[in-house]
Amino acid sequence: MYPVAYPTALCKSQTKCIQSQSRLRQPLKLPAPVSDANIPQIIVSNLIKQFGRFAALRGVSAEFTPGKFYVILGDNGAGKTTLLRALAGLAHPTRGTVSILGKRPQQACREIGYMAHPSLLYDEMSGMENLRYFAQLYGISNDRRCEEVIRSVRLDPELTRPVGQYSQGMRQRMSLARALLHDPEVLLLDEPFSNVDVQSAREMVGLLKNMRDGGKTVFVVTHQALLLEGAADEFVWMQSGQIVSRTPHFASEAGMQ
Amino acid sequence: MSLRSITLATLTKDIRLEWRSRDAINSMLFFSLLVVVIFSFSFDPNAEESREIAGGLIWVAFLFAAIVALNQTWARELRNQVLDAYRVSPAPANALFLAKAVGNFILVTLLEAVMAPLFMVFYNLRALGAAWQLLAIAILGTWALVVNGTFFAAMSLRTRSREIMLPLLLFPISIPAVQSMVEATRIILSGDGSARFWVVLLLTYDVVFTTACLGLFKTILQAE
Repeated sequence: MYPVAYPTALCKSQTKCIQSQSRLRQPLKLPAPVSDANIPQIIVSNLIKQFGRFAALRGVSAEFTPGKFYVILGDNGAGKTTLLRALAGLAHPTRGTVSILGKRPQQACREIGYMAHPSLLYDEMSGMENLRYFAQLYGISNDRRCEEVIRSVRLDPELTRPVGQYSQGMRQRMSLARALLHDPEVLLLDEPFSNVDVQSAREMVGLLKNMRDGGKTVFVVTHQALLLEGAADEFVWMQSGQIVSRTPHFASEAGMQ
Repeated sequence: MSLRSITLATLTKDIRLEWRSRDAINSMLFFSLLVVVIFSFSFDPNAEESREIAGGLIWVAFLFAAIVALNQTWARELRNQVLDAYRVSPAPANALFLAKAVGNFILVTLLEAVMAPLFMVFYNLRALGAAWQLLAIAILGTWALVVNGTFFAAMSLRTRSREIMLPLLLFPISIPAVQSMVEATRIILSGDGSARFWVVLLLTYDVVFTTACLGLFKTILQAE
């Protein structure tokens, strides 16, 4: 069973409109057995994020259960990246709260792996040197974990070239390796497939799917949703800083749009 | 995972990055060298006058040169938004601040070690007071410059014109430290009394501002 759509808290007319749309799109809500997997791991409550007079998020409320693969979709400026940054604790909410495993994002930082659109890597150092440094920030001192995680994204830990000389695809994969380094429970990935060739992107999707199967919760912000059809559990649609619907398939929603 | 180990890891990383790019050290050396040469040709002071003005000249040259290193040290954290990777990690904010401050201290000290003998030669300087005290002033003075500089460089990191912003923030607050350094250097070079008051003032300045910077840096790092 897929989670139901959660209407966002906005002004009354907007809320009514979204609720009526959501009701139409909601799958039939069946009583589910109570288990850990159904207890929300991430709770976003009336989240508002303003940059000056511009509201990037306008009252987002949602609950996400563990061990699921969520894809966040929407046009440019819909608030996808801001939502992801708020989940990572990098964007402080103007109003509202974010709870990850019952903690504030800053307190849950060991459970969060974050990959941004830029690589978050030092161009002058090799991949291994980068990962060795970031591993130390998480108290990981042995190289074995760094090598393991580099191999898991199909790169060579022996590569001595600085990251600045990597191809865009390699850089993206190394960036993913950095996010996976401390074996986080929640993965927040912003545009992981941008500038990556189709084959590499498919490999990355496979890796993320395996992580979901291993119990991790994965969030991916992307414009290449078709890649994730079949792998993702839920597609979260955003528009103008709000979650407008949540669907189990990309194609169904895309057809409705 | 201790403050010390993360500070050391970050410091090692920063030194490695600087060694590979040599962005800061080259600019600093070139700038200081220009100041020494141009001023020596412009003023042509005698030995007595040199002792009076050398303190001001040398510290102002180091202050301006330090700005280059201070801007550079945070600029590389902005490329590829690497600072966000630190912000989402459980590593303490102060470890990053200490590593950056110590890294800048090493760079500026290296610069001083190279430039001080050149100053001596170009201005025909010889200390009439206790020359060893210059070492204490160099250490305390350099720390005063870099600890505030590192803090304000981080503060101006997200401003649009941060290269201009840093001197605007740093110079006014550095006046007591610069005055202490200049006066203490002048006294030691001319052998004109004791520099004790200025050294104590510099030490107090260091303690107060290091504590304040450490206390406030987490807020600066987490700011958007």
